[in-house]
Amino acid sequence: MNGPRPSAVPILRLGDVLVTGLLNELDDTSALAFTDELTERIAAEGARGVLIDISRLEIIDSFVARTLTELTTMARLLGARVLVAGMRPAVAITLVELGLELKGVETALNAEQGMSALGWSQVHQPPGGVPYDALR
Amino acid sequence: MTLYDEEFSARRRLTLRGHASAPGGTRTAQPVHATHAVRSEQDLLSVRHAVRAATVEAGFALVDQTRIVTAASELARNAYVHGGGGSLTIEVLGHGPRRGVRLTVRDQGPGIPDVDKALTDGWTTGSGLGHGLGGARRLMHEFTIDTAVDRGTTVTAIRWNDR
Ligand SMILES: Nc1ncnc2c1ncn2[C@@H]1O[C@H](COP(=O)(O)OP(=O)(O)OP(=O)(O)O)[C@@H](O)[C@H]1O
Ligand SMILES: [Mg+2]
Repeated sequence: MNGPRPSAVPILRLGDVLVTGLLNELDDTSALAFTDELTERIAAEGARGVLIDISRLEIIDSFVARTLTELTTMARLLGARVLVAGMRPAVAITLVELGLELKGVETALNAEQGMSALGWSQVHQPPGGVPYDALR
Repeated sequence: MTLYDEEFSARRRLTLRGHASAPGGTRTAQPVHATHAVRSEQDLLSVRHAVRAATVEAGFALVDQTRIVTAASELARNAYVHGGGGSLTIEVLGHGPRRGVRLTVRDQGPGIPDVDKALTDGWTTGSGLGHGLGGARRLMHEFTIDTAVDRGTTVTAIRWNDR
């Protein structure tokens, strides 16, 4: 169609947590396909947690914000908890000014803290620690 | 329609005239002034790159770059989704330390019958969050909507580096 399709976003599985990330070059169609795929994987694999690393996203506009919010809601309906990790500070500032708070979306400062909040403790921290909210 | 204050018009004339030989012996880098099509999802991505490059050229810091690229993304998406496609023109304004970026997003779509409503957060005629237009206005310093039903919409938005 219009240039090369971005390759599908990889979704890895670590125990009962699915780990994935969003890239800048995701077009709308791919973003919707990603939502579908992730939702199917949550159901098929009985995932209890989903970590979405967004540290590579240079901007979040209202479309991406909506994608993240909808994903979180769908995952919750399927019994999984979503953690969005690694938002860049400039993105957080801009989101607030846009008036998009990603209501209901849990956040973590980085992927490691997100994983630990999802109970995936590799280090000494206790599982289920309070997630750091990068927006506040 | 009054788009610009006087100070700004003066500066704009200067900018336009000053293209070939910017005062102060600046490098020969071409001033950014380019129009990009907004007719596909891929265009929505390329437009962001072009706007980012202009903000860098104009010397904006990272947070301001992010604000301007995000506003451009919202306006381009509106032209694509609601306006049936259009174009985005990027201009770097001013010279010396005071610089700005102007985005002009045009479409020949259905127009916006009630601009005040459209600017209200949460108001949408589609499936969006209804934050794009009002949000883009908050992210920029100057913001003008020129729209006519069945004729199309032109949104002009500027952010300066010194406010
Ligand atoms: N270029 C345009 N042409 C026609 N109508 C428009 C245009 N831009 C905005 N609108 C109207 O204004 C409304 C609000 O726009 P806004 O960008 O705030 O929200 P949205 O596009 O519906 O959702 P989102 O939050 O995803 O941007 C739109 O739903 C649409 O009805
Ligand atoms: Mg919009």
